[in-house]
Amino acid sequence: MVVPTLAEMNARGEKPEVLFWVGCAGSFDDRAKKITKAFVKILQKAEVSFAVLGTEESCSGDPAKRAGNEFLFQMQAMSNIEVLNAYEVTQIVTTCPHCFNTLKNEYPELGGNYQVMHHTQLLKKLVRAGKLRVEGDTFRGKRITFHDPCYLGRANSVYEAPRELLKKLDAELVEMRNCKSNGLCCGAGGAQMFKEPEAGNKDINIERTEQALEVQPDIIAAACPFCNTMMTDGVKNKEKEDLLPVKDIAELIAEAEDL
Amino acid sequence: MNLIPNVIFAVLLVVAVGIFTKNIRQIIANIQLGKSTDRTDQKSARWRNMARIALGQSKMVRRPVAGILHVVVYLGFILINIELLEIIVDGLLGTHRVFAPYLGSFYNFLIGSFEVLAFLVLVSVIVFWLRRNVLRIQRFWKAEMKGWPKLDADLILYFEIILMGLFLSMNATDALLQQLGAVHYQQAGYFPVSQYLMPLFDNLSESTLIVLERTFWWSHIIGIFIFLNYLYYSKHLHILLAFPNTFYANLMPKGAFRNNATVTQEVKLMLDPNADPYAAPTTEAEPDKFGASDVMDLNWVQLMNAYTCTECGRCTSVCPANQTGKKLSPRKIMMDTRDRLTEVGNQQRKKTGLSDGKQLLDDYISREELWACTSCNACTEACPVDIDPLSIIMDMRQYLVMEQSAAPSDLNAMMSNIENNGAPWPFNNQDRLLWAQEN
Ligand code: SF4
Ligand code: SF4
Repeated sequence: MVVPTLAEMNARGEKPEVLFWVGCAGSFDDRAKKITKAFVKILQKAEVSFAVLGTEESCSGDPAKRAGNEFLFQMQAMSNIEVLNAYEVTQIVTTCPHCFNTLKNEYPELGGNYQVMHHTQLLKKLVRAGKLRVEGDTFRGKRITFHDPCYLGRANSVYEAPRELLKKLDAELVEMRNCKSNGLCCGAGGAQMFKEPEAGNKDINIERTEQALEVQPDIIAAACPFCNTMMTDGVKNKEKEDLLPVKDIAELIAEAEDL
Repeated sequence: MNLIPNVIFAVLLVVAVGIFTKNIRQIIANIQLGKSTDRTDQKSARWRNMARIALGQSKMVRRPVAGILHVVVYLGFILINIELLEIIVDGLLGTHRVFAPYLGSFYNFLIGSFEVLAFLVLVSVIVFWLRRNVLRIQRFWKAEMKGWPKLDADLILYFEIILMGLFLSMNATDALLQQLGAVHYQQAGYFPVSQYLMPLFDNLSESTLIVLERTFWWSHIIGIFIFLNYLYYSKHLHILLAFPNTFYANLMPKGAFRNNATVTQEVKLMLDPNADPYAAPTTEAEPDKFGASDVMDLNWVQLMNAYTCTECGRCTSVCPANQTGKKLSPRKIMMDTRDRLTEVGNQQRKKTGLSDGKQLLDDYISREELWACTSCNACTEACPVDIDPLSIIMDMRQYLVMEQSAAPSDLNAMMSNIENNGAPWPFNNQDRLLWAQEN
């Protein structure tokens, strides 16, 4: 697919409306790359003027900050801000709630002021504006449960955008026992993604997967590449991977639209 | 006129309030050991927060059973304290039901409603006791609740039962004395609940009734003085601290973690191509210690949080780490911080200064607990008084990583990846856009 970078557009004297911040998982992780591509397809279909940073993007610094390395975080943040400000970026959309949170809440104090959106928020806007029509009956009547990412939900109180999109799919939205502000973490946040868990009697993603299984869904919808990995592993652990796909909302929409 | 009771009462009152004031000052002094942090912005949002969460108990009722019972006890506590005002005036002046003549039938209504409340409080407190000791609700039986915290929680329930019992018995005997037309016992009050206690005191002589009534009256007020001074040693400090705690709570989105300003300065210097690396540092102050290894490294709001904690364990019961058997319990983080702070405060008031060679890290909170946190904010969301255990965990991690380079090895690998190639995994940054070429 052809994905313009800010550098290329800049060279042509053009400026996109919105920067798609892909994030490290979205750029490198095999599972997350599929989400990235699904989202790009939707952006292209809805004719959104966007670009990515490509090799000029670097880790937002979230895992470093949550691991306690404030110095590394601020180094990352300030060099990213330098790049973003040089391109006069005003709007950012990202498929990663961790990048979303950091860019939105922790960059302003360091000199980076942008309007930051999670991809579900942008998609909701596109649907409402009629630029994206979610049609087709791929998911009609399917039971979908949505796992709230901590950094989208509790951290930033975004609960409705992803749900509104799922309802558009004509699917039956079933809520887990812990949802929205009571949502249970998948176990990846706070830099846990990158280390072994401490000793306990269960892994957190297994606990959460069990909660999902309780409501007997046909699909687990996620909105974060890390949650996606954790839930996918949980479903595998329960040997249900053939029956119960874990999909990002962007992937579901792309699929419904046959993209 | 015999003034001895009035004098005794005045002395008791002065002593009780005196000790209470001293204790409160000590707590304030301890909280002031914390670092400064500015929470003076958004005044009106802060007042609203306090009105909603502390006064209105909005986060309590998210768990309806415990929440509603708590509202009853809380209302009872506040309203019955209006009666306390009269008791104090009576005690000092040697009067009896001094407000009655001024309030007329409204007085009867007041006493009647206090009785109903007292009864409801009694029922709620008994249900609380059953929840703790018969239903044995899990969050009340976690490791950190062993010993004093468990006893404290039960004691306060017994305390309430005794106080309410005394209040109602006092009214019952009073009413009987009124019926007998005893001197000094004017006709006042309405006794919808204590009338059922009256048969207990039937057929007693007037003088016995007077002795009983006085005993109940004195025990009740002395009980309240004891309660007042018990607060200092108890999780029940929350009845006072919940107010400032919700006022000064964090109003930012929960995901926004504070940026360390000292680090900002350093990083700016490093990234500024015009900065002279050999220039004398602009601030002559000692460079700050990064993060927290002891209570003095935390800010005063975090320390106030520690004294406010009600030990309810709502945080721990929703903590994903705790739910899956890890050692981390956000309630324990708060209790440890408070215990350490009390310890530090006590030592600092002695001439020898801090001398136990201990600190919050390792001696109270282990590294294993700190590294188990997913920063999910479930604890801060669940806390009925807006306490933030997560910020303490993050400050302590910062100390471990920035002062001690003591992160788990996996995290060190992740961080050096970010440093070297701008991603937490060992990928080449030049490959960042390869996904666009794949199918
Ligand atoms: S933020 Fe940390 S301590 Fe709080 S609930 Fe989540 S994992 Fe537990
Ligand atoms: S921190 Fe809050 S939720 Fe946790 S035990 Fe204390 S008062 Fe309860």
